[in-house]
Amino acid sequence: MAQSNQPLAERTEPVAGSGTPVVIAPGHTFASVTDKISSIVLTQRTPIGWYLALLTAAGMAGLLLISLSYLVVKGIGIWGNNIPVGWAFDITNFVWWIGIGHAGTLISAILLLLKQTWRTSINRFAEAMTLFAVACAGIFPLFHTGRPWLAYWLFPIPNTMGVWPQFRSPLIWDVFAVSTYATVSALFWYVGLVPDVATLRDRAKGKFAQRVYGMMSLGWRGSARHWHRYETAYLLLAGLSTPLVVSVHSVVSFDFAVSILPGWHTTIFPPYFVAGAIYSGFAMVLTLAIPMRAIYGLEDFITMRHLQNMAKVMLLTGLIVAYGYGVEAFIAWYGGNYYEGFMMLNRINGPYWPQYWALIFCNVIFPQLLWFKNVRMNVPLLFVISIVVNIGMWLERFVIIVLSLHRDFLPSSWGMFRPTFWDWTTYVGTIGLFLTLLFLFVRLLPVISIFEMRTIVPEAKVQEGHGH
Amino acid sequence: MAEFESPTTLVAAANKTREAGYVDVDAYSPIPIEELHHAIGFKNTKLPLMVLIGGLLGGTGGFSLEYWVSAIAYPLNVGGKPLVSWPMFIPVTFECTILGAALTAVFGMFMLNKLPQPYHPVFNNPRFAMASRNRFFLCIEATDQQFDLDKTRAFLDTLGAHEVTTVAE
Repeated sequence: MAQSNQPLAERTEPVAGSGTPVVIAPGHTFASVTDKISSIVLTQRTPIGWYLALLTAAGMAGLLLISLSYLVVKGIGIWGNNIPVGWAFDITNFVWWIGIGHAGTLISAILLLLKQTWRTSINRFAEAMTLFAVACAGIFPLFHTGRPWLAYWLFPIPNTMGVWPQFRSPLIWDVFAVSTYATVSALFWYVGLVPDVATLRDRAKGKFAQRVYGMMSLGWRGSARHWHRYETAYLLLAGLSTPLVVSVHSVVSFDFAVSILPGWHTTIFPPYFVAGAIYSGFAMVLTLAIPMRAIYGLEDFITMRHLQNMAKVMLLTGLIVAYGYGVEAFIAWYGGNYYEGFMMLNRINGPYWPQYWALIFCNVIFPQLLWFKNVRMNVPLLFVISIVVNIGMWLERFVIIVLSLHRDFLPSSWGMFRPTFWDWTTYVGTIGLFLTLLFLFVRLLPVISIFEMRTIVPEAKVQEGHGH
Repeated sequence: MAEFESPTTLVAAANKTREAGYVDVDAYSPIPIEELHHAIGFKNTKLPLMVLIGGLLGGTGGFSLEYWVSAIAYPLNVGGKPLVSWPMFIPVTFECTILGAALTAVFGMFMLNKLPQPYHPVFNNPRFAMASRNRFFLCIEATDQQFDLDKTRAFLDTLGAHEVTTVAE
């Protein structure tokens, strides 16, 4: 906030003396912020590039529809996972998507509680990203059951079989954690949208748009009483989401850690999974934010300060993840367990060594470039790093899941996993679904929280001395 | 209803209105203003208490469900472990607590704000569309005991408003 009060000649360049770029470019007012962000949605002409992008994404999402339909018809035998590798792409993708979602909640909740005003211009689409990522994640365990129409067996619903879920199983915890997470993320996102949708309602020209935004805004009119309760609710939601986000990935890690499989059965999993989730999530936010700010000319709002801060969070969480890898290897040796030691050597030097070393390169070695300020200020390079980290985090889950499973305790039950065509199409399909939802969101709803952006322009501050 | 151009003038005007003895007052702004709810004489909301209760209900509900399922409805002896192995019930209890509290926070907020409310007289003012962009409004409602169309209008004129309008019910 302090920076945004200073007059600056150059946008997004470092403030003289402090070395920190601004959170919002100078010269913006309530009106300019409102008009700029809402014009993306309210413009009459949809850019042709948007149609092309949506068509591509929707085509990929169509692939998902085909893959899942075929899966329902044929059964999960169309995927490459089979005993001993009972979990492969499905759970890898599930954990990957859930992890990506976590950055959205972290940005919207934890950074709000820490009063980090720079979060304001990225929280809306990061939350949207969370929601869409969780939707993609949910598909995998659901269809991995093989009979998704019986998914209600997972819920404690009275049924004619008289059977109830096993509450001592981490898989049931997962059901509760992920469904709570999806619900709370959706609520958080919607609550944040209400005042902005009211702005769109007031500014939309078309009758249809006015009606739809009018209904979505619930008749929001910005009353001081409403704002007060709204702020209270928003802060409480942030306070509730913070432990929630930590618990969700801890519970996801329990799916592994509570089992007795070497490579899964370690106590470091919860913190290391949470750090990894934030790591991959911030990478995904960067992957999405960098093209978006260029295409829609949002450099005033998503400044170098944001990109730099996200790069720093990635560097930090990346180091925690690297520490996790180190501890895993150390304990495998120090613990003296034969199977654990074998698992570790097998990762380094076994049939899947290329995946393991690619993971180390993507997650540990390459991101060390972020130590250099020149790298953090270099937007194309940041984009490349974010993609590499996304790949690395996917490989991490692949290594944890497949490599721990493919060597069973007895050599007679060893096996190998090779992804099939349908493994790939399902994965690519969820990326398509994710992008489709994202493109629709960018076109139909404000990608940046307008009312929160208004609060960080200089004129938003009530001047002392007038009030009382 | 008076229109202002900045949060500072709105808060100052709201303070003066409260000091002048008006009670049925509301202020409208495009951003949340911390000082404003005090200025219009609004006491703290009971939302946090509701959220606490919602969370507690969610948590006890979750744990009771697990207890009932595991010990009463479907007791399953797994390796001689106790039926009520409560440490294993904590994750679900925790998630249910958060769920109960979050649902209460959102729907409690909407309920206390009486939203959704498709119609409100303030929308009759054509300039009110700016309340979601860059204008600030202070409204003294006709239900106020001190309300008198001419006097109240004159009073609002003294507050340095950009424009004062009368809004029909």
